[in-house]
Parts: sequence; C-alpha cells; structure tokens
Amino acid sequence: MKYTLIAWMRDKPGVLSRVSGMMRRRNFNIDSLQVGHSESPGISRMTFVVDGNERMVDQVIKQLRKLVDVTRVDNITEQPIVAREMALIRVSTSAENRSEIVQMVNIYRGEIVDVALDSMIVQIVGSEDRVASLIDLLDNFGILEMVRTGPVAMSRGQVEHKHRRSTAVWRAQANGRDATAAERFKTGGV
Amino acid sequence: MPKRNGKAVSTAPEKPVPMKGAQMVWEALMREGVRVVYGHPGGAILPTYDALSPYEAEGKIHHVLVRHEQCAAHMADGWARATGEVGVCIATSGPGATNLVTGLATAQMDSVPVVAITGQVPTNLLGTDAFQESDVVGVSAPVCKHNYLVTDVNDLPLILKEAFYIAREGRPGVVLIDICKDVQNAEGLFRYDFEIDLPGFEPWPNVDMSAVQKAAELINCAERPLVLSGHGVQLAGMGRELLELVEKAEIPVVTTLLGAGNIPESHPLSLGMGGMHGEAYANRAVQACDVLIAMGMRFDDRITGRLDSFAKQAKIIHFELDKAEVGKNVVPDVPVIGDLAETLPALLPLIEERRHQVWLQEIKEWEGDTEQSDIINYEVDELIPPFVIRQLWHATHNAKNGPPIIVTDVGQHQMWECQYFTHDHVGQLLTSGGLGTMGYALPAAIGAQMAFPNRLVWAVAGDGGFQMTLQELAVIKQEGNLPVKIAIINNGFLGMVRQWQQFFYDKRYTGTPVWSPDFVKLAEAYQIPALAVTKPEEVAPALDKAIATPGPFLIDFRVKEEVNVYPMVAPGAAVDQLIRRPKPAVMQGYSGVQPSW
Repeated sequence: MKYTLIAWMRDKPGVLSRVSGMMRRRNFNIDSLQVGHSESPGISRMTFVVDGNERMVDQVIKQLRKLVDVTRVDNITEQPIVAREMALIRVSTSAENRSEIVQMVNIYRGEIVDVALDSMIVQIVGSEDRVASLIDLLDNFGILEMVRTGPVAMSRGQVEHKHRRSTAVWRAQANGRDATAAERFKTGGV
Repeated sequence: MPKRNGKAVSTAPEKPVPMKGAQMVWEALMREGVRVVYGHPGGAILPTYDALSPYEAEGKIHHVLVRHEQCAAHMADGWARATGEVGVCIATSGPGATNLVTGLATAQMDSVPVVAITGQVPTNLLGTDAFQESDVVGVSAPVCKHNYLVTDVNDLPLILKEAFYIAREGRPGVVLIDICKDVQNAEGLFRYDFEIDLPGFEPWPNVDMSAVQKAAELINCAERPLVLSGHGVQLAGMGRELLELVEKAEIPVVTTLLGAGNIPESHPLSLGMGGMHGEAYANRAVQACDVLIAMGMRFDDRITGRLDSFAKQAKIIHFELDKAEVGKNVVPDVPVIGDLAETLPALLPLIEERRHQVWLQEIKEWEGDTEQSDIINYEVDELIPPFVIRQLWHATHNAKNGPPIIVTDVGQHQMWECQYFTHDHVGQLLTSGGLGTMGYALPAAIGAQMAFPNRLVWAVAGDGGFQMTLQELAVIKQEGNLPVKIAIINNGFLGMVRQWQQFFYDKRYTGTPVWSPDFVKLAEAYQIPALAVTKPEEVAPALDKAIATPGPFLIDFRVKEEVNVYPMVAPGAAVDQLIRRPKPAVMQGYSGVQPSW
C-alpha cells in the first residue's frame, strides 16, 4: 500500500541528505519525494509517498522524527487530502494532429506552454491519475521528452495554524537580538 | 532543561567575550565539566590544539594523545560508560576523522554519550578535494545521533552547547562537530547562556500513565512473568528499583549483554544473559513465559533469535525511551514509552506482591540441565578460557575500592566472560555489544581507568582483537603508568569466527589462525610487567600477582586452541534451538587444581 507523509524540517544544508540517507540506510522504499519551502521561512516541507506496510511506515515516521532537524511528521494517508502533481510533456506534432492534441489538452485543463513546428510542450497539473491519463493519451502521438514531479499534498479542511520560525530568526534570537528583515526571509541557514 | 547527567550548565545571562573559535571549544568543554579529552592532532585541528595549552597548563583540561584515532573514540566511550558523563574525542580532518568512525559507531550503537570534535579544511577549500579533506559530516551521519559542520565562528558556541545537550539527553548517542580551520582561527563573541531550543528533538517523551497501568495489570495477573532487561536500566540508574520490582512480584530476570549486572547475578531471581550464547534455561524461560517485560532493550537479533518464533506465548510489555525502538523488531502488546526513571517508579506501587513458585521451580529444573550439559564445572587438566574467566572472578570480585570494571573485546572470550563472571554490580561490564568492535577492550579500559584511577580495571581481550589496538599500550605508559590489567585469552585463532567455521563451514579454517608475537616480550618493550600462563594451576597466582603489582600488568593466557562457546543459537534459529556442549568423551583426571567454579 502507498502512504503519504508530510515532514517539516529546518532548512539547513545537508538536511535532504540526512533524510534520504536514513531512508536508504534503513531500506525504506520511497516512491516519490518532493521538497520545497513551506509557509514559514527557514522550514522546508517534504511530501513523501512510501510504498510498504503499516509497520514499515510506522518505522519511517519514527525514524524521521528522530532526526534532530525534522520538526514534525504527519501521516495524511487516511485523511482527506488534496494531492497534486505536475508534468511537462514535449509531444511530437504535425500539421494534421496539432489541433487534436490541443483539444485533448484542453479537456484535461492542461496548457500549451511552448510551440515549435514539429512539437509542443504541454503542462498539466492535477491528481496523479489525471496526469497519468493525459500522458497515456499523448503517448499515441509520440512523447519526445517528459518531466514529472511526484505529488505534493495538503490535508483538507481547517487545521491548527502554527507559526514556525526560520533558522536564521532562531539563531538571531539565540544571540540575543531581533532578526533583521533579511534574516526573516532567509531560507538557508547554518 | 538538562534532565540527566546534566552538569548544571548555566543559562544566566552573561556578557559575550571576544575570543577565537579555537578557544571557544575549550571554554565550552570547561562549562560542560569535561576534564579529559582523547585525541590526535593534525593540520586542520592545530589552532584548537594551540588554544588548549593554557587550559592544560592550568590543569583544567587534560589531553591524552592516542596512537590511533579509533582508540580516541573508544577511550571517550570507556570514560562515558564508566561515568555516565559525556566522553570527548578530538581528531584532525580527513584520515583523522575517518579513523574515528568505527569508534563513534561503537558508541552510538550502544547508546553512549560521546562528542567528537574534528578539524576541517578552511571554508574556501571545502569541496575541492583539498589535502586531508573528507566529507566528515556525510561519512559520520549514519553513525551519529546528530552532527554539525561549522562554517561561521558565531555559530560555534550554540552548536557546542547543542552538541552536548543532544549527546546526553534522552537516549544518549554520538554528536560530531566538524569545524573548519578558518573558523577556529576567526575571532567571535563567546557566550554560553543559550536556552536550547530544538523543536525537532524530543529527548524525554511524556509518559502515558494509562500504559503503565495496563502494564501493571498484565504483570499482576501473569503466572509466568519474565523481565528481559537491557542497557536502558543502567542508563536510567534504575538497578535498585528493578530489583525491588522483581523481588516484590518474584519475577525472574534475563539480561542482554549490556544489561549484565542490572540485578546482581548471584541473586536467585537472576537467570543471567539470554540470546545467542545465553544459558539454555534463560532462553527457555524467554520462550515459555506468559508476560515478557522488556526494559530498556531493543530486541536485537542476538537476543531474539528467529523473530517469528520468539516468545510466542507471551504478552510483551516494552518499556522504552526511544519511540523508534518500539515496534521495530517486536511489536509489543503494551508499549510504555518514556524514561525508565519515571515509568519504573510509577509502576512499582501498582505491582502486587506475588509468588511464582511453580514457574521458578520449572526454571530451576532447566537450570539443572544446563549445569550438567553446558557449564563446565569439572576439574580441568588443560588451560581453557572459561576456567581463566572464573578464576578472574575469584581474584577480583572482592577488589578494594569498589567492584572491578571488566572491559572485554569481542568474540569468544566476551561470551565466556558473560557466562562465567558473576556481575553483581550495574555497569561492571563494559563491552561493545551492538557493533561488536574488535580492539575495543584496551582503549576503553584506559578510558574507564582514567575515570576511576583507584578502581581495578581489567581489559580482557583475545589475541586477535588485542592486536588490533595494542599500540595503545604506549598510552598506558605516557599517562603515568595507568594501573590497567590486561588478560589476553590467547588461543591462536580468531576464536568465534573459527567456531562458526567449525559449525557451519565444515571446519574450513580460512583466515582464522592468528600468529601472535610473544606478548610478554611485547609488554616488556612497552615497559609493562607481564607473565605467560600455560597451566591451570598458574592462573590464580598470576592473577594475584597482577593485582598486587602497582601499575599495569599483562598476562598472556596461552589457552587450549579449539574450545567452543556453548550453548549457541545458530543465526536465524529460534532461541530454544540450541547447539549444546558435547559430553566429554573421557572425564578428565583430577589435575590437583581445586575446582572452584
């Protein structure tokens, strides 16, 4: 079964390698991993899709929580969530099929973001199924190049809002001064 | 706030003092109460060594020069296990740091608080494959609780404080700080009054009292309860409470290797060590119990044997601090997460006084069987290791200045030590249990001896393991003739590997015969008095002489070659599927040695 996990971590150099190193070391199977900024400066947010059983996921979560830089881990598999991924697909075109492709992309609410004489780039954002389904369709015309992200996810409904401080702010406070504006929006850190 | 082993590190506001990064290291170590560091200098750590000189001159911090960085980590580990405080080791970049790794992994696997400080090439050379550069943070991350690369001197004080905090609090472990050389040279402001704020670090999880209640109910209605106790009991300092618990409800206790001595092994409720080389009756008790109370242990494969047949009839209660250990190997029926120092005292009043005579009687019968078939208790003609170990117990267990500290290496002698030495005190046995690092004994014994200069410390090593770190004999001398006593169980083989080859590889002894130098002459070269022992009757006098001689002493026990550790659970087998000792074909004649097993 596939599980979706979200982890928040201090945005420090090496934190991604700590997480991925732990996963490899403990022989956990990661289907996909997305990392980016969260609402709090200095805190990154990772969305994992893990393939395994309940016990393994329990271990993944516990081992993640054990990492000092990881501040929070949620298992949102059972919750109502919004999960989206994105793909850029360069599909081969000709004068005859170009309009057909455009129609299909429109049905999927995708976008044509670049057009060349013999190809175009299609952008699609949606649930994993929808992206996969459009890719299947476009495959009939010949996909020349493709890049696809894994899903990023968020649970639906009202959530408790917690402010998280950035590393730089936290360092500044530890040194007994207020953070400067630059520090508040700094995403790196020590 | 620091909860345990915490030197009262002040958080009172203080005025920042300008100083170099190198000096900050020693200033922080002083605040943490560190008296001794073990290390080896080199280019990238030189500024820090230079800054040490005033501290050493004033006798505030003592630096011990090791002969190999691995041993710096082992010595810090030995110090930390003996005292419960954080051990500190220091090395230079590149090879110095990579040499540390084995020692750090050893400490981390056994939950020993160690802080390692390494030099790194200057920040402008980072990532350029500079001379003596290695990615130390990357290399050490898998064997550390946490680690840091310091590239800004202003971060250094907080990182130092965090490092000690993380190493010591919760389940102890290893923290490495890799400091770039230019950071050591840079001037910054030092203060140490930070409140530690690590939102991702939860060292002391809240105790769920309903879980304790559930555990108590289960224990109270158990007919065949059993405690399986590990290193955590010692780390929480709960030996006495554990004894109180098991006496109150009459529960027998099996320990892990690192749990040896959690309750006195001469106590009638102690069944000694379980697992791969545990006594048969201890393992049978584990398999037959109806409630298994696991305390501060992690169900290592060496203790459980085949997981799917482990303690099948038992409801399992797991007292554990580290949440990640709960359900990792064995899924407990009642997990009790939290510090044993909180959960055990909370459990005690909920436990009813009980007697389990039938259960204990059953174990007693199995014990008799073990006495007959596994334990060597007849007179010996030849010098065999179990006899040596038992004599070591006779010679040392009444030592002056507190119970002796036995530090073992890894292999057959380690298991015999566990079987034939009666550990009556918590923390009496220091050994590399998790990682199983050969070469551990001598350096760790040096660390333990420095922590307790007046206590009797014995390093017990095989001829194979001893030769991995014997260069540290020089440290014994350089540190003013440390009174470490060394027993080499010399059987001319890498004994445990040979035993496996005998059992599982048709006696093809590939790579296991060990040639050794004359250890007595070797000791002489290091100006350490030494003796070789070849006959059983020489054992006791030699041990007495070693103990009576001030300063270090080495005994080379040239024991019978092919002796096996029994009983043995084959890897992957259930713990009650034991390989037992073959009955001796002809009973040995009386050798004149009083059997004093």
